[in-house]
Amino acid sequence: MILDFSHKMSAHCENGTTVNMLKFHGIKLTEPLVFGIASGCFFSYMPFIKVNDLPVISFRNWPGVIFNRATSKLGVSVERMKFSSIDKSMVKLDELIDNGIPAGLLVGVYYLTYFPPEYRFHFNAHNLVVIGKENGQYYISDPVMENIETLTEKELQRVRFAKGTYPPKGRMYWIKNVPEKINLELAICKGIKKNCDDMLRIPIPLFGIKGIRYMASRLKSWDTRYGEHKASLRLGQFIRMLEEIGTGGAGFRFMYAAFLQEAAGILNIPAMKELSEDMTKIGDSWRNFASMGAKNLRNRGVPATPYRDLSQLLLDIAGREEKLFRQLDNIIK
Amino acid sequence: MNIQDVPQDNAGFLKEGKVRDVCYAVDDEGNYSQVLSVGWTPKNEAIKQAWDQVNSKAEKIRQKVINGKLSPLAYHMEKGLMNIALLSQYTGFSRWTIRRHLKPLRFKKLSSADLEKYAEALTISIETLKTI
Repeated sequence: MILDFSHKMSAHCENGTTVNMLKFHGIKLTEPLVFGIASGCFFSYMPFIKVNDLPVISFRNWPGVIFNRATSKLGVSVERMKFSSIDKSMVKLDELIDNGIPAGLLVGVYYLTYFPPEYRFHFNAHNLVVIGKENGQYYISDPVMENIETLTEKELQRVRFAKGTYPPKGRMYWIKNVPEKINLELAICKGIKKNCDDMLRIPIPLFGIKGIRYMASRLKSWDTRYGEHKASLRLGQFIRMLEEIGTGGAGFRFMYAAFLQEAAGILNIPAMKELSEDMTKIGDSWRNFASMGAKNLRNRGVPATPYRDLSQLLLDIAGREEKLFRQLDNIIK
Repeated sequence: MNIQDVPQDNAGFLKEGKVRDVCYAVDDEGNYSQVLSVGWTPKNEAIKQAWDQVNSKAEKIRQKVINGKLSPLAYHMEKGLMNIALLSQYTGFSRWTIRRHLKPLRFKKLSSADLEKYAEALTISIETLKTI
């Protein structure tokens, strides 16, 4: 059986599964709205957690947060499960499909056969929706793919039980009930408020605006501290986190600007539209940072863009983001 | 970013009709919409750098395999972005056992069933696993 599921591409996988599953249950929202309601816009720099020996930098909230926060703020009831037994996880999945419920899955991309080979590294927080099963093939709505893809049972088991950092353990989530009427305005306000808190008021210097500043202070001396080659590897990692599949450009900043624009219309607050324009400009600055930084990836020896200058660019961005979120905080109060 | 400024720098990573980046960009009136992109040079370079790094490490190991210092498994492990800890989880061999299999002499004695486990974890054939 294959469910009548409308597959729409998204910049980010978890936004995408949330948007598409909500739509299946009759709630039509755009990706930026879901992202904004879930307070997705973020920054964190965690030099002590490493992926491929390079520090973790993130422009969004933790995996799983988007679906959880978006659904809870909209009053949608959901169910989540994880498994220790592969067989049980597949039985439960089949049961859901037979009952006509699309199931969101957390998977690893390393063994994901339809993914472009260059993107298949050990990343265990990818999301997709299983929308049907026929002749031993599972039909997959993967928000970053243009079309519906298929996986065999064995292939699907393999990605659901990928190993390594943060193993997905067959994690599965689905929507149980949707309320008759949702309070979109309230959800948006709550989402913005929480996002301002995350960006401005986490008392740890690794997160939010403080995180950007902290990173700027470290970045300044990357080349002298680690040597030119290792510094450029770190920079490369940073650019990938900023731009690679799933951010919608500029580390989710354009997506958040799109959210502010939509929210301004729904809440009827013109000042928020201006903030959306500011956010777009901040996004452009992030892109500028990426293209300046990328110059250092090419040549060895003296960096084309001195790390001191890159650090300055980051500090400038941090100042502007702080101003924007403070204004946003005042509007939403 | 304006819609007409959304870069379309194809480096062969993404493919039209299969998978592309969704970007958010504004039109002339400042309204946001989704635009598909096949890539952007700074990002492509960062991706290429990451793979160059993997390949140059693998090349060093390949030389060691040729010199008889390591088994072909060491090379394919690096190429497949694996390390001993991950390979141990995927194959069920202990880390200690895998470390032994990285030695050429011990690797030659592996049964085809054991080779099959490695080949499956690395998604290559047994023939490929034995050669470099």
